[in-house]
Amino acid sequence: MAQHKVNYTQDGGLPIALTSVDKIVNWGRSNSLWALTYGLACCGIEMMASGASRFDFDRYGTIFRASPRQADVMIVAGTLTKKHAEFIKRLYDQMTEPRWVISMGSCANTGGMFNTYATVQGCDRIIPVDLYLPGCAPRPETLQYGVMLLQKKIRANKAGNAQKAKRLM
Amino acid sequence: MRAYKPKDNVQAKAYYTDRFYVAPQVPKTAVEEDEIFANDLETIKAKFDVKDAYIQVEQMVVYIDAHDIYGVLELMRDELAYTQLSEMSAIDWLEKDNTFEIFYQMLSMNKRKRIRIKYFIENGQAVDSVEKLFRSADWSEREMFDMFGIEANNHPFMKRILMPYDWEGHPLLKTYPLEGDEFAAWYEVDKIYGKEARDIIGPELRDPARVDRYDSERFARLGHEVPKGTKITGDEPAVTQSYQEEGGVFMVTKLDKESSKVIDDPQR
Repeated sequence: MAQHKVNYTQDGGLPIALTSVDKIVNWGRSNSLWALTYGLACCGIEMMASGASRFDFDRYGTIFRASPRQADVMIVAGTLTKKHAEFIKRLYDQMTEPRWVISMGSCANTGGMFNTYATVQGCDRIIPVDLYLPGCAPRPETLQYGVMLLQKKIRANKAGNAQKAKRLM
Repeated sequence: MRAYKPKDNVQAKAYYTDRFYVAPQVPKTAVEEDEIFANDLETIKAKFDVKDAYIQVEQMVVYIDAHDIYGVLELMRDELAYTQLSEMSAIDWLEKDNTFEIFYQMLSMNKRKRIRIKYFIENGQAVDSVEKLFRSADWSEREMFDMFGIEANNHPFMKRILMPYDWEGHPLLKTYPLEGDEFAAWYEVDKIYGKEARDIIGPELRDPARVDRYDSERFARLGHEVPKGTKITGDEPAVTQSYQEEGGVFMVTKLDKESSKVIDDPQR
């Protein structure tokens, strides 16, 4: 049996830290943001670099998952074409709540340089977006900072209350 | 020294002239100048009707009849050793004389030569598929159908290849607007949410640099952030940005903005 060392002179002798439900739930949510592998274009390369050893998303507890059912955050990394629009909606609907969306790069934010008939002019026309990252393509540092901001946003929420489901309409 | 040009009326002049409106023609030379091309052309002429032939940029261009295309390409592949179809597509001349120009770019690795076979079809006419001769024509013909609306007879799978199957319009036609027609503008909204959602989602914003100063739903003015949806009056108080969690992080002492030095001078 494990021998836990208990400091009987601290915290009334109990190996317990007191916190609130909000904080412990948000601590769990924000520190294990599992992201969906969703590289649509060149931003996907930067997203992969962020996940690889040099920038190392694992430090934040962010692991890329290949299934939307296991993912908490969708990083829309790249150009969203109109042909693909129905699939981003389907994948978003398959993610379990609470779920967050990071729109990464100019193309996902506004359509970017693709001012054409075939590009969705901003993925927020299809799904609600929490965070927009500027850049073409954003550096991995930008994505890391974006994930940190998202963590901050999650921690600011009241986890105890039932979260209002985000809907575009 | 360069000759002086007066620069006082530079803004009034158009800085860009559309010099490729009528494409400049590269000089054409006779086929007889190249021995290999001359022999190839003789072989084609023996069996098929050739309307025009010349050499342009070291490549022979041959104009034939539309109904001969399968036979000509079969002859070129089997007897003249032009074993590759590098590319095929169409050119939109509808504005000029209501025709499409179809081209087939052929390559012979043995002879190290390229020949371009061309013919004209009327608008609405179909072409003969050469997919049985060259597998590369499979996707090329589908792309031609997708982009121009020209169908290929005897093609095994004559469907769109780039645009979605339920797309309307053929985007590479010169009459098709670059930013799309009304169907294209509302395609994803109509398909996912239905036509009644158009009013809620709103039209596409085509200017990616557009920032609405009073829109607090989509934009945040840096340094003066307000909660989402707040009505902006213009005299929002400044918000100091902190890059650290409240209460600090383990092992890291809280960053004190007041005691830190901000370097404003880029030349420091």
